[in-house]
Amino acid sequence: MAIPRFRVPATAKKGDVIAIKTLIQHPMDSGFLKDKSGKIIPRMIINHFDCKYLGKVIFTAKLEPSISANPFIEFYARAEADGDFEFTWIDDKGTVTKAKAPIKVTA
Amino acid sequence: MNSKISRREALAGGAAACASSAVLLRPAEAAVGKPAAAQAALMKFTGGKTPTKGSLKLSLPQIAENGNTVPMGVSVDSPMTAANHVEEIRVFVTKNPLPIAVSFLFTPESGKAAASTHIRLAATQDVSAVARLSDGTFLIDTRNCKVTIGGCGG
Repeated sequence: MAIPRFRVPATAKKGDVIAIKTLIQHPMDSGFLKDKSGKIIPRMIINHFDCKYLGKVIFTAKLEPSISANPFIEFYARAEADGDFEFTWIDDKGTVTKAKAPIKVTA
Repeated sequence: MNSKISRREALAGGAAACASSAVLLRPAEAAVGKPAAAQAALMKFTGGKTPTKGSLKLSLPQIAENGNTVPMGVSVDSPMTAANHVEEIRVFVTKNPLPIAVSFLFTPESGKAAASTHIRLAATQDVSAVARLSDGTFLIDTRNCKVTIGGCGG
């Protein structure tokens, strides 16, 4: 099971650029490794991550097998108004994991 | 006497067995990519344009003890306005089985054209980050990372 974790500041001043950190548990099997019996472990990675804020996708990451297990992504956003940061992770099987974090924006 | 195995033979046999099992545990050799593949992927991204050195900064340790998880960050000095912002930063790896490691897509709402993650490096190699700006120009930064233990399969 993919368990997401994330860190978003609870409050920010309007116009401030804030750092957002996310991490999700996932083996990120690259499809190039063999198991002990010599069989290739099939590729199974999270290939897509995006973050939506105030109804718009503000950041997207396209992940490849070169990304480490339990993919960590840090990125930035400009605080404009109260709202939720909505995170979406999608893996090779099409499993979608969602999470959201609220932010209060002061003038 | 003949049926007994001498200590010397036993050691030699054991060493050979170790060597063969070590080979089995390595990732498929044929899958290891070539720098030319990374160069081709880079040129495809830029549409044949040669990217220039600029404010794009790729941060990567000079030496990575464990190639399975190497901290990697990219950033560009950009005002991130609708008229002038970074649209995408793509990271290319020269000696992993696949030439592209990750693509980050930014919008003016990102506020800052910067992102970081952890990547796998199969061997000591050059890593390049290429940024596409909203005015159609491309920036590049390349760094070499020495890998002590390869992140198999990356």
